Amino acid sequence: MNRSEEKMDTSKTCTGKIDESISLLEARDITFQYNKDSRMILKDFSLTVGSDERVGLVAPSGFGKTTFCKILAGYESPDAGAVLLDEKPLLSYKGYCPIQMIWQHPEQSVNPRLRMREVLAEGDEVEPRIIDGLGIEADWLNRYPAEISGGEMQRFCIARALGKRTRFLLADEISTMLDLITQSQIWHFLMEEVHRRKIGLLTVSHNDELLKQVCTRIYNLEANAIQE
Amino acid sequence: MSNKHKEQTYMQGEDGIHKHSHDEDSVHEHSHQHGYVHDEHRHGGDGQAENIHPHEHEHGGYEHQHHGHYHNHHSHKRGETVLEIKNMSISFTQYSKGFNQIQLPVIKDLNVAICAGEMVAVVGSSGSGKSLLAHGVMGILPYNATMGGEMYYCGEPLTEKRIEKLRGNEIVMVPQSTSYLDPLMKIGPQIKKGHKDDKTVKKLRTIFKRYSLDESVEQQYPFELSGGMTRRTLIATAMMGNPKLVVADEPTPGLHMNVAKKAMDHFRELADMGAGVLLITHDLELALEVADRVVVFYAGTTIEEANAEDFAHQEKLRHPYTKALWQAIPQNGFSYIDGVQPYVKDMPEGCPFGPRCSQYTKRCGETIPYQQLRNGYVRCCHAQ
Repeated sequence: MNRSEEKMDTSKTCTGKIDESISLLEARDITFQYNKDSRMILKDFSLTVGSDERVGLVAPSGFGKTTFCKILAGYESPDAGAVLLDEKPLLSYKGYCPIQMIWQHPEQSVNPRLRMREVLAEGDEVEPRIIDGLGIEADWLNRYPAEISGGEMQRFCIARALGKRTRFLLADEISTMLDLITQSQIWHFLMEEVHRRKIGLLTVSHNDELLKQVCTRIYNLEANAIQE
Repeated sequence: MSNKHKEQTYMQGEDGIHKHSHDEDSVHEHSHQHGYVHDEHRHGGDGQAENIHPHEHEHGGYEHQHHGHYHNHHSHKRGETVLEIKNMSISFTQYSKGFNQIQLPVIKDLNVAICAGEMVAVVGSSGSGKSLLAHGVMGILPYNATMGGEMYYCGEPLTEKRIEKLRGNEIVMVPQSTSYLDPLMKIGPQIKKGHKDDKTVKKLRTIFKRYSLDESVEQQYPFELSGGMTRRTLIATAMMGNPKLVVADEPTPGLHMNVAKKAMDHFRELADMGAGVLLITHDLELALEVADRVVVFYAGTTIEEANAEDFAHQEKLRHPYTKALWQAIPQNGFSYIDGVQPYVKDMPEGCPFGPRCSQYTKRCGETIPYQQLRNGYVRCCHAQ
């Protein structure tokens, strides 16, 4: 969020406006490597997510799924290719990034010095309905990240990503630290929420059965990718 | 000698079975028994020799010269209890308003036993105290935690002093969070713990190969690895010792299915080689593929112990929570029950699952014993 904001401030082409009409997220021919000496992570990778879709992405470990999500959410810029929202580059959207990412490791994606209440406030305004729906209890809000469990923290991270102006949601292995019942609970909530608000969802997971339950379309890159 | 790993070999002699124990470090101390096997383990706490059998005597280099036929090369006989936890409780001291100290009982009543050669999976909701169990066993609970109940390792109480000597060598842990690696140290030296000899290097290479880790990973820092690679590195770290008890705390989330299964197979392999494996996970499906028994936790209490086969049919399960877990598996319906696990401060009397249970009756509010039922255990008054 913050980094994309910085980038956007320096961008001179501020034309995009975040509203409910945004209907297509497109990653076009993304090529990326962290630095010149490191290995090529993504090469001409393209993918689309519609705002009425729940897309699943299956790929082997080390493929660059997380990196890809980071590029989509504006944390990294691709070496070649572009991230487009309704044909407009992501960088042209000013302020809050309409593509929000939920990270695989919630404990690494919150500032340990902030209370959970402040963590929630980092993003856009979060409706109370979401906080209730995710089962976040009032008591947890005053705690520090070290004082709550991984599952509880992930609920906060999901809530934080579901700010009012979020149009696309990237879920990178978000339920690996949750037990089966909580996983089912949270996914049912998320599916309903993205459907209600017409948010496009990209889900990265290793769990094929889960993706079959959640997604309307699945990209499976297992076959043509390097097997471990 | 107390904390050194001993390798014992069982051999067939003319008058029964002879057992020879062989200290890995140069102290060659061999036991020689006649006519019977004894299960006693020779981990005398604090250097005491109380466990050495009277028939044992010094016999340097004996086994290498005599009796060529090895029956079993493992340090344990299958079936012996490696770790036993009885009525474990853990509470945290917290400050409420001002200087008022309060005790938060996070774990109330946990019971787990692991035999050598066995893999026991502990499953439960997040925040049910699964990780605390692991930390309790390893003796790495935070300063404000108090632990109650009994804990035995190889038949003897596992005291704080004893665990300090055993951990990292005989008792190893694969931690939950990938942040357990030292961020400022390259992977290779970190795993080798400063050893540079050929043996260690060779072992490291073999282990790396097993986990599809490239040799170049040795020269990388933790931040350069992907999530899956970090996890495999953590597993590799544990394999560097000679573990008799492996405590794996969520070793697989975020791993690619094939690699996760492979990792599970490696834990299984360790169990087959004679170690006891305590697998803490919420990935019930994966656990069922490899574990012998499954222990279910809910809100700091053991509510069921079942054989892995019981999960093939919902009817064979005993506790309503376990059944709900079964139904939440994506291919079994992906259904869920409302509510969350109660917070320690407002824990109900009696069954902790009571408020979410459809079978709740008045009797559930009373203390419920942990009782045996069909080759397993359950803490529920309605279970049949």
